[in-house]
Amino acid sequence: MKVPGAWYLALAAMLFTIGAVGLLVRRNVLVMFMCIELMLNAVNLTFVTYARLLDDIGGQSIVFFVLVVAAAEVVVGLGIIVSIFRRRTDATADDVSLLKG
Amino acid sequence: MDWFVFTVAAVATLAGALGVVLSANPVHAALMLVMTLFAVAVLFVAQAAHFLAAVQVIVYAGAIVVLFLFVIMLLGIDKSENLRIDPLKGQRPFGVLAGLLVLGGVLLLARTTWVSGAMSVAGPISGEGSNVEKLARSLFTRYILAFEATSVLLVIAVVGAVALARRSSETPAP
Repeated sequence: MKVPGAWYLALAAMLFTIGAVGLLVRRNVLVMFMCIELMLNAVNLTFVTYARLLDDIGGQSIVFFVLVVAAAEVVVGLGIIVSIFRRRTDATADDVSLLKG
Repeated sequence: MDWFVFTVAAVATLAGALGVVLSANPVHAALMLVMTLFAVAVLFVAQAAHFLAAVQVIVYAGAIVVLFLFVIMLLGIDKSENLRIDPLKGQRPFGVLAGLLVLGGVLLLARTTWVSGAMSVAGPISGEGSNVEKLARSLFTRYILAFEATSVLLVIAVVGAVALARRSSETPAP
């Protein structure tokens, strides 16, 4: 028998929560970036679940676009991280405090 | 059988996500991320999104995590950090509290009805034909403009990454 969609949606909510908490709690910029990927995956899982529940291919199409945007975002974000932290030994978000008064 | 697959994949998803957040070494976090992404791909297959599961494994677990590991090694930050010290007092309790509020809010909103709305607005999933065929038909007819826009987005991302990562060889004029 099929697993009800509510279980998938609850799992996606928990995955999103873990990603959000990790983004708020961790100091390492790369781990923060990975937590953003976790949140994007939670949203993708929600879209696929609704696509199944509503029998609608649009939900799967938008997951395709989310994947493309996530790939572009990772490329640009890692480029920014490399250019900021090239001359440093660690990559914590606390080091980027040039605008601090 | 469905419940078995869902349970195993769900446990792997949550364990991997917790591993990303809790592991002190960024390399371990990246490997835990692979576990989560693969388990999400299994959940995609369980819901008949076969093409997206393949793309998930190839693009996410294959390309994006390798890119993460590449940057970790390039910057030389593949060493453990001490997670005991909390540089900003009270950040962690408030972070966990905010997360629990998000989770509680979502579950509270979804308490009565999980699904409402019109069925099959952009086209049905069930019926004749494979998942790839239906997704391709949707992408190349209904969402063709968005599909072309993503190609522009990818070109801009490549140009931006090259411009950001390049060492500025020409020094500005004095």
